[in-house]
Amino acid sequence: MTQPLDYLKETPSQTAGPYVHIGLTPNGCGIEGVYAGDLGAAMVNDRTLGQRITITGRVLDGTGTPLKDALVEIWQADAEGLYNSPSELRGTADPNFTGWGRSACDGTTGEFRFETVKPGRVPFKDGRKMAPHVSLWIVARGINLGLNTRMYFGDEQAANAEDPVLMRIEHRVRFPTLIAAVDGSACRFDIHLQGEKETVFFDI
Amino acid sequence: MTDIPNRKPETGAFFPRDRSRHPPALTPGYKTSVLRAPQKALLSLDGTLSEITGPVFGHSLLGEFDNDLIHNFAKPGDSAIGERIIVHGRVLDERGRPVPGALLEFWQANAGGRYRHKKESYLAPLDPNFGGCGRTITDDDGAYAFRTIKPGPYPWPNGVNDWRPAHIHFSVFGHGFAQRLITQMYFEGDPMIWKCPIVMTIPDRAAIEQLIAPLDWNNTIPMDARAYKFDIVLRGRRSTLFENRLEGN
Repeated sequence: MTQPLDYLKETPSQTAGPYVHIGLTPNGCGIEGVYAGDLGAAMVNDRTLGQRITITGRVLDGTGTPLKDALVEIWQADAEGLYNSPSELRGTADPNFTGWGRSACDGTTGEFRFETVKPGRVPFKDGRKMAPHVSLWIVARGINLGLNTRMYFGDEQAANAEDPVLMRIEHRVRFPTLIAAVDGSACRFDIHLQGEKETVFFDI
Repeated sequence: MTDIPNRKPETGAFFPRDRSRHPPALTPGYKTSVLRAPQKALLSLDGTLSEITGPVFGHSLLGEFDNDLIHNFAKPGDSAIGERIIVHGRVLDERGRPVPGALLEFWQANAGGRYRHKKESYLAPLDPNFGGCGRTITDDDGAYAFRTIKPGPYPWPNGVNDWRPAHIHFSVFGHGFAQRLITQMYFEGDPMIWKCPIVMTIPDRAAIEQLIAPLDWNNTIPMDARAYKFDIVLRGRRSTLFENRLEGN
C-alpha cells in the first residue's frame, strides 16, 4: 500500500447550450438593467498603447454553415507582450488594456468581432519568442468542452516561421488554419470545427 | 481586473486535463455535437505564459443584486415566482486549495422551464420578474453564494421526447485562461438526470455525480429558502520548484 494520492478531480464540462447569452452577454440578448454592460465588450480605451486592430471571423460547422449561437473569448498580451494577469511576473501590463474580450456571434451572420491591439511577442517556456498571437476559447450548443485555439497574424511571416508552437504542428498543411488574413488593421479569422479545413485545436 | 488578496501569484503550468472524465467532442446521442465536433486530434501543449495567465476580476465589478436572481430583474417590491433556493459552495483546485477571486456567472430558465431568450419558443410563460442571469466572485476561502428560484425542466428538439433536467449553467474563471470552464449543475434526486442525452455525454458516472448538488439542510433558512451546495473544482497547477525560470522572471 502507498499513501493515497488525494487530488480532487476537475468538475466535468457541459455544453454552454443555445442560451449562453443570457448569462454571458445579457444586455446583447435583451436582458437589460441587471448589469451596466456586457463583460468583455471593451478591451481598449482612449489611452491604450499599441496598434489598434479589429478581429472578425465566424465559427463554421462540418457543413460550412456559420454557428449563430457560438460565443468566443480571447486572451492576449498587450502591445509590449505583457499579460494583464496576477500571474504575470515580468512587469506590469498596460493598465488601459484588459487583454480579455468576449463576443457573441451575430444571430444572423454568425460573425464575432473584437476591437483590440496587436499583441507583442511573449517568450515560450525556453525563452524563445513566440510569434504575436491571440488565444481563443469557443463555446456553443453542441460543443461539450470549450475549444482552445490560437490566432497568428498573416503579416508576421518571419516570426510565425520560428514560432515554437506552430513548429509543433506535424502536418504543415494545417499551419494556415491558425493564420489570420491581415489587411491593414483588419484581421480576418474563420474557425472550422471539422472537415478538410479543420482548425488546429489545442489541449492546453 | 485587480489583485487577488494575500496570495503569492502562482505561475506553474496546469495539470493536464483528464479528458476521460469530460465529455468527448463527438456524442451522437446529443445530435448537435455531430457537426460541431473536431475530428482531428488535439495538439497537446504544456502551458506557456499565454495559458497560465488569465484575467482576474475585482469585487468592484459587482452590483448589489448581481447574486440575487429573485430580485435582480424584478420590479421594485416584486420577486420571481418559484421555489426559493440558495446555491452556495466553494471553488477549489485539484490540490484542494481555495480559488479566491474566481468570477462565476450563472444562467437558467424560470420555474416553468422557460428561458428569457428570443430564440426560445417553449409555450410555458415568461415570469415578468425573472431575468435568469447572475454572477458573483469567490471570497478569500473560495466561497460563493447566490439566491434564485429552482428552474423547471424543459423540452428540447433532440429526440422526439427529450427533456432537460432542472439545471443551472455555470461559467467559471480561475486564475489562468486554461482553467476556463462552463458546466451545468443538477439537483439531487431528479430522476430526469439519468435520461438526459447532454448529461450522458459524460462517460464516467462518478463525474456525472460531481455535477449533482445535494440539498443542504444545514444552510436552509427557516420560512425563507432551501439551500443546495455545489462545489466546483478547477484544474490544479504544478509547483514551480525546480522548473527553469521564465525569461525575464
